[in-house]
Amino acid sequence: MTTSAIIASSAPKVQARTLSPEETHEIDHELTLYPDRRAVGLEALKIVQKHQGWVSDESLVAVAEYLGMSAHELDGVATFFNLIFRQPVGRNVMLFCDSVSCYIMGCERIKDHISARLGIDYGETTTDGEFTLLPVPCLGDCDRAPVMLMAGEQHRNLTKEKIDELLTRVQQEQANK
Amino acid sequence: MTDLPLTKNIDMSRAPFDIGQYRQAQGYDAVLRMLKDLAPSDVLEMVKNSGLKGRGGAGFPTGLKWSFVPSGDDAPKTKYLVVNADEMEPGTFKDRLLLEGDPHLLLEGMLIAAYTIQANTAYIFLRGEYLRAEKLLREAIAQAHEQGMLGKNIQGSGFDLEIILHTSAGRYICGEETALLNALEGKRANPRAKPPFPQVSGLWGKPTIVNNVETLCNLPGILRYGVDWYKALGKGGDAGTKLCGVSGRVNNPGCWELALGTPIRELLEDKAGGMCTGYELRAFLPGGGSTDFLLPEHLDLTLDYDVIGKAGSRLATGTMIVLDDQTCPVGMVGNLMRFFSHESCGWCTPCRDGLPWIDEIFQRLENGGGRADDLQVLTDHLEYLGPGRTFCALAPGAMAPLGSALRHFRDDFDAHIHSGGCPWRK
Repeated sequence: MTTSAIIASSAPKVQARTLSPEETHEIDHELTLYPDRRAVGLEALKIVQKHQGWVSDESLVAVAEYLGMSAHELDGVATFFNLIFRQPVGRNVMLFCDSVSCYIMGCERIKDHISARLGIDYGETTTDGEFTLLPVPCLGDCDRAPVMLMAGEQHRNLTKEKIDELLTRVQQEQANK
Repeated sequence: MTDLPLTKNIDMSRAPFDIGQYRQAQGYDAVLRMLKDLAPSDVLEMVKNSGLKGRGGAGFPTGLKWSFVPSGDDAPKTKYLVVNADEMEPGTFKDRLLLEGDPHLLLEGMLIAAYTIQANTAYIFLRGEYLRAEKLLREAIAQAHEQGMLGKNIQGSGFDLEIILHTSAGRYICGEETALLNALEGKRANPRAKPPFPQVSGLWGKPTIVNNVETLCNLPGILRYGVDWYKALGKGGDAGTKLCGVSGRVNNPGCWELALGTPIRELLEDKAGGMCTGYELRAFLPGGGSTDFLLPEHLDLTLDYDVIGKAGSRLATGTMIVLDDQTCPVGMVGNLMRFFSHESCGWCTPCRDGLPWIDEIFQRLENGGGRADDLQVLTDHLEYLGPGRTFCALAPGAMAPLGSALRHFRDDFDAHIHSGGCPWRK
């Protein structure tokens, strides 16, 4: 279901999924840190995403209900931020810096190499669900450009060889599971 | 005494100091003395006299900014300090060094700022991608609590402070202070109309100071060693030191703490090791993606807010992006325009519509569809998106590299139109 589907009044109402005890526990902790429930919206979306991999319509409605705000308002926040995923993503999201220092240091060639090897462009996920490739604004690691962030780890001074090594390792790890 | 107050504890080959090591290096001494001996108005006076200017990009005097916060018995009881740790300016990687290298220095700076404006709650607005900084800050905050440097009645002073870490989710506009406040309140991060300024009506309508990470990290030194020491650190018109970085085709890209007033040449040649073999310096952006290009003839200028301002650019974040002679300047500026276009929040029309228009022209120039009037359209945008036409500084910032590129690299723009695309790719 698309975002527009929950906004269209004629569409059937999306049922909230039940938030897990872990999710509500973490959201409840955030609620102690802010004087207003809806201030926790972004943190709550990040918590749900951490547990579910992405933010489905059912998750969005659940969080909105939990915080006492409209799903539309929360979706406005969700879709504003680059790192909230409103579509399913792969197990490894590659946040590839395409900003100016990385551009000067040749990131376009590295990106083309990733795209050719995995068969995906920006915004796409490999058919095996392993990798999603996304551009990200300047990762603040410009002295070690080109860089990307994947699975919580920053990869620096990227070369085609380093990409090959990294992708092979991740694919082998997955195959061994 | 030290002449490197920001980085004296930093060694990126090891973990940052924990609170014990930090205190052994005289850390938190300034705060302990402040809580014992100084009134908030004393600290404000010191910071004003120190000449400290905001290190986030705008260079506004920090003491003056603080002085707009209401004080005294009639002032609102709830006030906030907010740290802008949403480092996302293209080519800027200086706050990362402080956050990962010495997190307690930031906490100590926050204690000083919060005490001065009498805020009992402080938020650190950290960009979501800075995962290592997040982990280190959480640890540092917990340690400071354990040792009674945060929480209720800090060191028996009667002053309370809670520091809350907020991690964002990646939008450049959150670096704009009023957009940041909206984001922190859980809204879309559109900038707010000013006035009212945040100092009077900021987070949830309460008086709020938003300061950059590096700005706050200057405070412990000022309190500990005094205003005269701080002023003497600067070699030119500006006081203190500045984190300065270099990225691009240089031998030793990196970030260093330099006295303000240091010649740019020293940064580029001594620290960054000069250009890589086979590459010549063509131009550079002195302080991140929102600054005007300077040329090799400007290398002997000093790293001073006013000096670089008079040369037609800005020191801004102090992180220099080097354009070499084998990188297409039109491609480089096109990359910046795409960034700004993507990161426009869409709130006001000139920015929302103008930047994608510019981006589209750059794509055309790149792919061989450039038209004779494209450069005039780009030139017109310098005015349409210039200062005073938009809610915030995003679009005017984007016009800085564009306008200076049109002046300095006109031949390259023309070549894109006349040779059917980017000549550098052929």
